Amino acid sequence: MTLMENQSATIPAPREITTKPRVSDQIFRAVVTVGGMSSLIILGLIALFLSLKGINVLRIEQLSFITESKWEVLQDAEGKIAESTFGLAAMLIGTFLAALIAVIVGVPIAVLSALYLTFYARGSAKKLLVSLIDLMAAFPSLLFGFWGFIVLMGSAEYWAKLLNKYLGFIPLFDVPAPIFERSPFIAGLVLAIMIIPIVTAISREIFDQTPLDRIQAAYALGASKLSMIRAVVIPYGRGGVVGGAMLGLGRAMGETVAVYTVLNVVYQINWQILFGAGGNVASLILLKFGEAGPQEVDALMAAGLVLFLLTLIVNAISDILINRFGRRGR
Amino acid sequence: MTQTTTPKPQTPWAVTIQQRLSTAGLITLGALLAGVAIKTTGLSGKLGFAAAFFFISTLLIFIQQFRLRDLAAAKDSLLSSLASLAIVLTLIPIISIVATVVGKGYKGIHFGMFTNDMTMASVNDPVNAGGLLHALVGTILMVGGALLVSFPIGLLTALYLTEIRGKLARPIKFLVQAMSGVPSIVAGLFILSILVIPVTQELNGLMGSLALSILMIPTIARTSEEMLLLIPNDLREAGVALGATQWRTVSGVVVPAAKSGLVTAVILGVARIIGETAPILLVSGGADALNLNPTSGAMGSLPFYIWKAFLTGGTEEAYARAWGGMLILLILIVVLFGLARYLSGRKVG
Repeated sequence: MTLMENQSATIPAPREITTKPRVSDQIFRAVVTVGGMSSLIILGLIALFLSLKGINVLRIEQLSFITESKWEVLQDAEGKIAESTFGLAAMLIGTFLAALIAVIVGVPIAVLSALYLTFYARGSAKKLLVSLIDLMAAFPSLLFGFWGFIVLMGSAEYWAKLLNKYLGFIPLFDVPAPIFERSPFIAGLVLAIMIIPIVTAISREIFDQTPLDRIQAAYALGASKLSMIRAVVIPYGRGGVVGGAMLGLGRAMGETVAVYTVLNVVYQINWQILFGAGGNVASLILLKFGEAGPQEVDALMAAGLVLFLLTLIVNAISDILINRFGRRGR
Repeated sequence: MTQTTTPKPQTPWAVTIQQRLSTAGLITLGALLAGVAIKTTGLSGKLGFAAAFFFISTLLIFIQQFRLRDLAAAKDSLLSSLASLAIVLTLIPIISIVATVVGKGYKGIHFGMFTNDMTMASVNDPVNAGGLLHALVGTILMVGGALLVSFPIGLLTALYLTEIRGKLARPIKFLVQAMSGVPSIVAGLFILSILVIPVTQELNGLMGSLALSILMIPTIARTSEEMLLLIPNDLREAGVALGATQWRTVSGVVVPAAKSGLVTAVILGVARIIGETAPILLVSGGADALNLNPTSGAMGSLPFYIWKAFLTGGTEEAYARAWGGMLILLILIVVLFGLARYLSGRKVG
């Protein structure tokens, strides 16, 4: 007990018990809170600066920026800009068209894949499949674009011709000229392949959260897998899956490089999805940016703002759906 | 000695070998019939065969299930057929993409490519001329720069969500989610509008880094948050019970415990942005020469290298070059991804 003897008997002064954080903690909490606000700050800055740059064009064009479909910069003899019209409608339609094709093709495949991964696959096969699909979600869009252009295009053209041959009486599948290459349909397919891993991952997470007792209750009542899924999993996960689909829609709407590579970007309204012309807002920005003069740059910034707000809205809806339905269920 | 018999555990619900064999037989029959259908009817090609094969096999299994059991079982078999079809359809692109990149890319790989840049070669020159040193270095510099910006911000956001859990936690979570949906081209436009046009008037590597970090922050924040949530609350409580302040607890206990998880977050963030092309095209300039200074002059990058070879070339050599670059990029992504998987698979702590 030498230790005790050596220590002089200083009793530590009683200290006040308080819930007030120390100075170090106050600093810590302040720094972390400011850091935590960064996403708010960045999103706000994006909206602010794109608006600042785009405001001139938006003020001139007003609502016709999104309702009219004419994107022209006319120059006079001296190369000065004589007249310019910026209307985004054709590209907005193209954006929605390609993204909708992607969702219509991709989401059923993704949801069924997620069902397979959750309720059919097991053991190491399941682990391998999940890793592969997650890896695919990390592939760069450049890769999807070039693969779509070099590999998928040939097959997709053949499918497009089949669709046109047998369903050509529907205006959507009609073509003004037999050009099936680089069409919105093929771009939509590439986008579908890009969103499949994302939607699969989210749907799988949501299906995984289905309460086990309800699943077992259904089985105990003699349900087959199909009737169990219909009675338990689908009602439980419906909202979350819709949210996942919306997230996929958002991704598909904002995709630039893959669409630019696959699609023949032409500024025109094209409802005929099998015909090789079209575009989306993001690919327009990439296409026009290189040779754009100051005013056109402003217009492209405004286009970027429109795209930003669109994806923000779609993402917000998807987030609400995933969180409301995905986490708590009915 | 009396012989005691231990009853073997039985699984009457398990799929028996006979059932497996009969299903396999039906699928083979389906393939055969599909072959016949190709020969005799108007269907043709691989697509025709695949469609006929799927349809006939599904039908055969449906009929068999209906005969052996009842309509409910038969309908159930439909779902399993459809789900299997879906997973096959999901896997085909993955396999095709990897096969294409490896098959076309190996021709574009040579040892000189790691020591040369493209100053003395054009994309249409033979593959052995030039290389992607400048692109690799540019990508590493830009991604490294983006990491320096994104990691602190992402970690602070994650700490706010897990440690402080303030009133704003829910909206912040939502905003991080929203930020991860920002189209990559918008990130590029944003950097143009806030820095390049009004301030620097120059496209360089730093601008590329900043644009990439906008895409990287949400990935790092979300993954770090998930990893920090895995740290048991006991550790935090133990730290506080020992008299540590929250700052001490977080810096001395929570963050070290989550170290491998945070490394995973960083790796996933890098994998997310390493192949990003659109913002790079807008703000980093894109150069053919090695440039070690991110603050001045255009900087090359792997995606730009691939993009240029693919779009401006048109010859076999240019394509081989592009696919070679793509192979390097894919290898980088796969390695990063595998590393993240390995690290996050380990025990926390």
